[in-house]
Amino acid sequence: MLKVSSISRSFGAHRVLDGVSFEVRPGRMTGFLGANGSGKTTTMRIVLGVLAAHGGEVTWDGAPITGAVRQRFGYMPEERGLYPKMKVGEQIAWLGQLHGLDRATARRNTDRLLADLELSQRAGDRLEELSLGNQQRAQVAAALVHDPLALILDEPFSGLDPIAVETVLGVLRERAANGVPVLFSSHQLSVVEQLCDDLVIISGGRIAASGERERLRAEHAAPRFQLVVDGDAGWLRDLAGVRVLDVDGPRAVFDLDGRTDQEVLRTALDRGAVRSFTPVVPSLDEIFKEVI
Amino acid sequence: MDGTSFASATRLVAEREIGSFVRMKGFWVGFGLLLVGLFALAVLPTVFGGGRSAVAAVGQEALAALRDADLEVREAADRAEAERLVRSEEVDAAVVAEGSGVRVVALSDPPVEVVAALRTAPPVDLLDPSEVGQGVRQLVIMAFAMVFMMFGMGGSAIAQSTVTEKQTRIVEILVATVPIRALLAGKIVGHALLTIGQVVVLAVAAPIALRLGGHEELLALVAPAIGWFVPFLVFGFVLLAAMWAVAGAAVSRQEDLGSSMGLVLLLTIGPYVAVMALSDNATAMAVLSYVPFSAAIAMPVRLFAQEAQAWEAVLSLGVLAGAVVLVVMLAARLYAGSLMHTGGKVGLAKAWNRGE
Repeated sequence: MLKVSSISRSFGAHRVLDGVSFEVRPGRMTGFLGANGSGKTTTMRIVLGVLAAHGGEVTWDGAPITGAVRQRFGYMPEERGLYPKMKVGEQIAWLGQLHGLDRATARRNTDRLLADLELSQRAGDRLEELSLGNQQRAQVAAALVHDPLALILDEPFSGLDPIAVETVLGVLRERAANGVPVLFSSHQLSVVEQLCDDLVIISGGRIAASGERERLRAEHAAPRFQLVVDGDAGWLRDLAGVRVLDVDGPRAVFDLDGRTDQEVLRTALDRGAVRSFTPVVPSLDEIFKEVI
Repeated sequence: MDGTSFASATRLVAEREIGSFVRMKGFWVGFGLLLVGLFALAVLPTVFGGGRSAVAAVGQEALAALRDADLEVREAADRAEAERLVRSEEVDAAVVAEGSGVRVVALSDPPVEVVAALRTAPPVDLLDPSEVGQGVRQLVIMAFAMVFMMFGMGGSAIAQSTVTEKQTRIVEILVATVPIRALLAGKIVGHALLTIGQVVVLAVAAPIALRLGGHEELLALVAPAIGWFVPFLVFGFVLLAAMWAVAGAAVSRQEDLGSSMGLVLLLTIGPYVAVMALSDNATAMAVLSYVPFSAAIAMPVRLFAQEAQAWEAVLSLGVLAGAVVLVVMLAARLYAGSLMHTGGKVGLAKAWNRGE
């Protein structure tokens, strides 16, 4: 397990990270959310040892991360880059060796990965000859070629077309299913919503919320319900103990304000048929707006 | 999987540098031109410039006067025939007996070679004869200086490669994977091996070229100097290579490279200029042959001119090796301190403080 414990970092007088702590658990996709400039990239660079922390520590399975462990992490930096003039296949295999694979394994992993990413046909081309989308896939391959212990991906989906997003997603899910902790940042909340098991939300260099996605949702869920009845649901407005947010013909959305959900449901049944009665779970977007 | 050690990371980086270099056409074209130039310099003068002047001789006195001259002599019956040969440019000049002496007939310019052959020179005794002529000596000095400067400038490929890694941001992945010093070591080792390879080819080709050109005596004198030149050049290259790497690490874009390579350019070109300008000044050359940056040119030149003993070369090589160790250590810290910096140029002081 990758654990970040109260790391801080300043650039000059500007404190960018302030006591940031969270965990990335094995086999789980952890989404790292935050506005631009909130400290996502700085945190990731500290985890990878590219940048030094001014306080706190990053541990792997309880011990401070050594160079040998870090070498087996997979990293996709925010600013993409590979050697423009080097052939894609050779380049990925070379990076695999640099991460500690022997030549034959590096070669084999590269072939398999490029096939998974639907990039096999471009293996012999120089990187600069690829479209931007394909360069992005090559970048994903570069982060995965050595079967990493953990994956740290900074905005892995930005710049990908929808089909490529699906392809890359499939590859990442497979890694997570094999027990690899995956930390990825994104500002596309909808993507994170579908994808992550756990969430870390950072704001102004501090962790605003973190934990399992469902638990966070439950915690931030107002006692809000949607009711659909036959006929008009306007009567809810006159019911004490509920605050109606919206009525649209037979459909109404309301917060409980003194009454229990079962009491409201019983009242509705007394008045006629009930087609649907469901709790409304807040979207990530709403949680995000609430915590930051 | 037991991870990549410092040594294997260095080896991988070096392999990549060599691999990407030997695939560049420019590399082979440049090296090919150098070899062609070497052979041309050694062989062409013999083929084209070496022909003897032809001269027509009229009369016994003329023949006698030309007996010991290194000229191709043709006998002509009379002055008219000799003039015809001169006009048709079958000979360069005619020597015609006239009274007790001879007269020279030529077409448009006085034939210096023929006149010199006819002149009686006073005998000369040399107390300390030089084994090589001044012209040849100058040529050899220039060859050493040029070759060193070329390979020194070749080190700029390290700066290029470093700044490419910064500009494309792959440096982020590299630094997250292997120690920064392994990146530096790999670059220096890779380019040093490339240089050694080329220098060895040149060191083998030079004697062949000289033999083809019929310069056996020169070869005998130059060969030991070439032998010394190889280690000097290799150490000298590493010295400059470490500095080129820092020049590359100090900036973030190819376009800005010009602003950071002033010092290393000076240290590459300066020795060439200094040795060429001061080659006649024995004291200055002695000093230059111990200063690490110019030693690689000045010491082989002094050995060639037989102004230095072998122990001096060993001593100078030792000083150079010490300088290499020191400069590489300093460069490693500066490289580490500036590699991850993006934006404008990193000052040396700032890089030093950041380099842990």
